[in-house]
Amino acid sequence: MSDYNFAYLDEQTKRMIRRALLKALAIPGYQVPFASREMPMPYGWGTGGVQVSAATLTPEDTFKVIDQGADDTTNAISIRKFFEKTAEVATSEKTEEATIIQTRHRIPETDLQEGQILVYQVPIPEPLRFLEPRETETRRMHALEDYGLMHVKLYEDIARHGAIATAYAYPVMVQDRYVMDPSPIPKFDNPKMEMAAIQLFGAGREQRIYALPPYTKVVSLDFEDHPFDPSKAEHPCALCGAEDSYLDEVITDDQGTRMYVCSDTDYCESRRATGHIGTEGTQPEEVFA
Amino acid sequence: MRDEMIFEGGFSDVSRDSARAFRSAMNAMAHPGRKFDLTGAKPPAPLSEATAGLLLGLADANTSVFLVGEHDTDIIRGWITFHTGAALANTPDEASFTLGTWDALLPLRQWPVGNAEYPDRSATLIVEFADDGENARLSGPGIQTHQDCALPAITPFRHNSALFPLGLDFYFCQGSTLRALPRSTKVEAI
Repeated sequence: MSDYNFAYLDEQTKRMIRRALLKALAIPGYQVPFASREMPMPYGWGTGGVQVSAATLTPEDTFKVIDQGADDTTNAISIRKFFEKTAEVATSEKTEEATIIQTRHRIPETDLQEGQILVYQVPIPEPLRFLEPRETETRRMHALEDYGLMHVKLYEDIARHGAIATAYAYPVMVQDRYVMDPSPIPKFDNPKMEMAAIQLFGAGREQRIYALPPYTKVVSLDFEDHPFDPSKAEHPCALCGAEDSYLDEVITDDQGTRMYVCSDTDYCESRRATGHIGTEGTQPEEVFA
Repeated sequence: MRDEMIFEGGFSDVSRDSARAFRSAMNAMAHPGRKFDLTGAKPPAPLSEATAGLLLGLADANTSVFLVGEHDTDIIRGWITFHTGAALANTPDEASFTLGTWDALLPLRQWPVGNAEYPDRSATLIVEFADDGENARLSGPGIQTHQDCALPAITPFRHNSALFPLGLDFYFCQGSTLRALPRSTKVEAI
């Protein structure tokens, strides 16, 4: 028996978050205000995602946490341990086994299924915030569907750089109504947001929750003559050889030598375990043999 | 009024049962028209198990519940007050949750639908409704192609979804099963 209430938060807080989540699912892409709590970690380390996960977890769930695709970073491990301790839920690093996946800045490479829930940690939920700092104004812009400013921003990208330079947190239009920040995922992940799983977004410091039900229409903003391009590094993964996954660039010495590896560690390991080996890869078992 | 009817029938393990109740409520809202089980509450009649589970999982001192028709009884008022601490709303525009049978909830325009800047400031209607055969075809967020289900009417829901992003969200409860119909769902007769 744990000394904590189930999933750490008190019941009244969880009910408040749960009511916000239901409204968020009923109005896809709309940011529902909620009374974010102090968590035992600083803002910026996933307090929004943690509160959404705490309100969503049931004792039967299997919980996975990824940080930029990796299960084994400090932030991912500490959040996973937090819920092992406070909710006594099973955890896994396997995307297929998990029922709730909390993520910072990636969508897993493996397609998610119905019954799975993806919880995003969101730093700045308001897609218009860097264009218009006043909350009263951005709220009115959402109310009036006044998204011209966002298109001007993308147009200025093209005028200055010849292409839309936004590479992450690339804005999307949800169900032809709300412009939404997909959190700082690479734009490579944007097309995956039309998925079978439920997607929940929590911004702790900014006190906003939003959501996408399964199969919701999610369109990355673009222009007819500059269509959306979900680009990635033009290399195969050095460890598993995958050519369809999002890659991290790793500098390996002082001479600028670099390698490209899958950012999704579970995807990369599963591929190597089934015999897909890249130019610098080994099968996972051999490492420990 | 018999006290035991008021004091009994809540969740036996509040935090875990509430978590499971919410999962059912969320799955329903994310998959409009699809049936989910919500068990664990044992409320006094005529409250259904699913309705009571929704209230136990979602209502508290920060929300108000409006009871209409045959659901507005001393025993149900007492049960909700004792188990959730929710205030009972006196006027429709204060209601966060409204509870009753379909006919008693009409006309729908009396319930708050939110405003353009805060469409979330709207009522959720919990309808005690016996499934009497599929008469509606649903499409929209949460539905891959279409979902057929039973609704007590068609036109009011078409009007409701035309208000999007304003509007009402519905739960239809029968025994221990529930289905949801958010404002984002398009409704056609079949």
